[in-house]
Amino acid sequence: MANLGMLLDYEWCTGCHSCEIACQMEHGFPVGKTGISVHTIGPWEIEPDSWQLDNIAIPTKQCNACVDRLAKGKLAACEHHCQAKCLHIGDMDELADSLKEKPRQALYHLT
Amino acid sequence: MGESKYLFVEHERPFKYEEDGLNVTRGSAWSGPGCHLGCGVLLYTDAEGKLVKVEGDPENPYNQGRLCPRCLALPEVTNHEDRLKYPMKRAKEDRGQNKWTRITWDEAFDTIERELKDIKQKYGPETVLFMQGTGRDIAPYITRLCWSYGSPNFSLFLSGAACYVPRVIGLAGTFGAFLVPDCSQVHPDRYDNPEYVIPEVIFVWGNNCVVSNSDGFFGHWVVDLMQRGSKIVVIDPRVTWLSSRAALHLRVRPGTDAALALGMLNVIISEELYDYDFVDKWCYGFDELAQRVKEYPVEKVAEITWIPEEKIVAAARMLATSKPAALQWGVAVDMTKEAIPAGQSISTLFAITGNIEVPGGMIVPPEILKYVGGWGKDLLPDDAYTKRIGQDRYPLFASEAQPDCIVEQLETSEPYKIRAAWIQTSNFLACMAADPQRLFNAMKDLDFIAYVDIFMTPTAMALADIVLPAATYPERNGIRLGDGAQRGETINKVTSIGECKSDMEINLELGRRLNPEAWPWDTVEEMFTFLLQDDTGMTFEELQEQAPAYPPFQYRRHEKGLLRKDGQLGFNTATGRIELWSTFYSNVGLDPLPYFEEPTPGPGSTPELLEEYPLVLTTGARNWSMFHSEHRQIKRMRALHPDPIVEVNPKTLEKFGIADGGYVWVENQYGRAKRKVRATEAVDERMCSTDHAWWLPEGDPDKLYSVFDLNINNLVQWSPGKSGFGSNYKTALCRIYPVNESE
Repeated sequence: MANLGMLLDYEWCTGCHSCEIACQMEHGFPVGKTGISVHTIGPWEIEPDSWQLDNIAIPTKQCNACVDRLAKGKLAACEHHCQAKCLHIGDMDELADSLKEKPRQALYHLT
Repeated sequence: MGESKYLFVEHERPFKYEEDGLNVTRGSAWSGPGCHLGCGVLLYTDAEGKLVKVEGDPENPYNQGRLCPRCLALPEVTNHEDRLKYPMKRAKEDRGQNKWTRITWDEAFDTIERELKDIKQKYGPETVLFMQGTGRDIAPYITRLCWSYGSPNFSLFLSGAACYVPRVIGLAGTFGAFLVPDCSQVHPDRYDNPEYVIPEVIFVWGNNCVVSNSDGFFGHWVVDLMQRGSKIVVIDPRVTWLSSRAALHLRVRPGTDAALALGMLNVIISEELYDYDFVDKWCYGFDELAQRVKEYPVEKVAEITWIPEEKIVAAARMLATSKPAALQWGVAVDMTKEAIPAGQSISTLFAITGNIEVPGGMIVPPEILKYVGGWGKDLLPDDAYTKRIGQDRYPLFASEAQPDCIVEQLETSEPYKIRAAWIQTSNFLACMAADPQRLFNAMKDLDFIAYVDIFMTPTAMALADIVLPAATYPERNGIRLGDGAQRGETINKVTSIGECKSDMEINLELGRRLNPEAWPWDTVEEMFTFLLQDDTGMTFEELQEQAPAYPPFQYRRHEKGLLRKDGQLGFNTATGRIELWSTFYSNVGLDPLPYFEEPTPGPGSTPELLEEYPLVLTTGARNWSMFHSEHRQIKRMRALHPDPIVEVNPKTLEKFGIADGGYVWVENQYGRAKRKVRATEAVDERMCSTDHAWWLPEGDPDKLYSVFDLNINNLVQWSPGKSGFGSNYKTALCRIYPVNESE
């Protein structure tokens, strides 16, 4: 399989934790351990009517990109359940092209 | 299958199939545990029939594969070791103490049947209350149980029924039907439907919808639409994720939403930005409305609401010039004392701008079964109906007993003494009841109390004589006919825990014992088929295979004679028009026009209290992992939100010398509740915001799991609006001070 990446459009990540809990349930992780973790930056006021408030999901060392699910033609558990549909796992080269198309995204190189 | 114009989606597989040694069952998530929505789920069970995994169903247009943390963690709820697993009884004198004895279902049903028949014979059926919690799956069945027993007193222990119902009744009284924002949820092909139009603007009003998922509305639909170009305007006192991405954020003072809406109406009418043709053809009472809103000039509204004048004007102009515009509103509208005129003011904005029954605007939701109003009211004899509690005082209450009047009658026994209560899916001492200690005292000496739930709760521990174990949704069959736009969905049983029975099985069995003619079905599945068949032409078993089933839908039904039973054009009101001046309210002696009244107590109505209680308190902030009082014992969910939180501005904390992260009492003239402080600029310096429904399942049962230390409703009074609807849950005054180490 090609190199796998995870593209997160953090303009749209609402911080709902679905990726995190889906990952934990899929892989049987105990409470407190996870393959992906959601973090919130803010809120703080930058200037009137402009606020810093972003959520960002970060894969951990325990993320295996759900390769078993991908092999069966399914989406990774996190991507499948992402409520804002802002997280995608796929081929690094293709995701790198998508990354260039829009600001406020982050690309992780998984495998 | 009967002939049906229903629309379906294509399924790749039957509703039960095998995958990698596990059995997979497709169905709907309804509930408890969890919310009102009914997302499409795939339930995975192993060879022993244990629920091991839940996934969102990608074929279901409603949620399109997505799920929130609560349904993902469902196996940890269903299989939890602390579930109630068999019926239990306790001597009446042991109420409040953890002294339960296991009994059989036969003994439980025999006892309940005997007690209820005995009370009916001695005192009359109206002396028994039938109380539910938040309206999820239980409403049709508990209402039928109540009415077929002969009691008119079905209700919920929520002051002013201040959740959803005020908006539903309010819209029924002015528009002739409820309205929901059109996020394409009525179309199986969703955003791709050729008739559908993306809203140019969505007003998200008093509803943090991505977190709360209320009223049958999947909150992230708003995010879907933002990604497709919709702008949003957020009306919320707090800075939220949605407000940080809004074209306009109006940081309204809690409880003053009606004033804001009236101010916006003033701008739209005085600047002649309203939809003249729509108003002329389809609205009634515009001149009276125009006269009324003159009482709300923008400068006055700005002072009331804490929102700068220019933002009020900008929001009004944006609404009037954006086509189509939609409104996603929430419980904040209901949880203010004058909820009826608040809902009336806000909805009127969308009427006079011509956003009704248009694609991407506000639509009357399709209904298969009428959700608000109950099932089987015809079973209640006319003479019993006259004994419904609160009916003389609050004629707007058409089906349920008025909750605040119930509490009064529990205390006074006037005009008759209440003897017993059947309580189903309602942990009201932790959650919906105002002044929970007052209600506890009013309830504790009833002759008999039976209680149904999925876990032991402070309410059951405090009050119940018999506790019955209810099934979670993967343990039962059912149909999802609830709030919002209805579609035919089934809940499908895949597992069993202990001796748990579903709420519907419990109601059917008890109903057959109390009034067999009203419950002619041998199984709940036959009962579901009875409910479904007229409208859908399908049996329960057929719907299991086919669901989701979408009722045929058309826009602009008022132009086609499809909104009234008589087939006439227009809306289902007395005048056939949207009543900006409501004949319905006028007929029951209420103000027919919208108005604003200061919440009381509050900075506008009781400024003299500000010295002692300087902060405006708003309650009920939602979080990702908990549904009301549920999920506190689910470790994975608790880890996301371990403590009851009060959010306070850092400058306010500095002023009062309180440390971030410490424990405080939030207190007012009525009571206090313990909270952990979180410093955040998200709230205004003049207010604080907290979550609700706290108790500690890990705590001492004999101390009712600390519920009276933690319940924020200690600060809230039983105090409904003039119509009997609405109550100040989301607006009070308070002070905060550190908790002593010994407390």
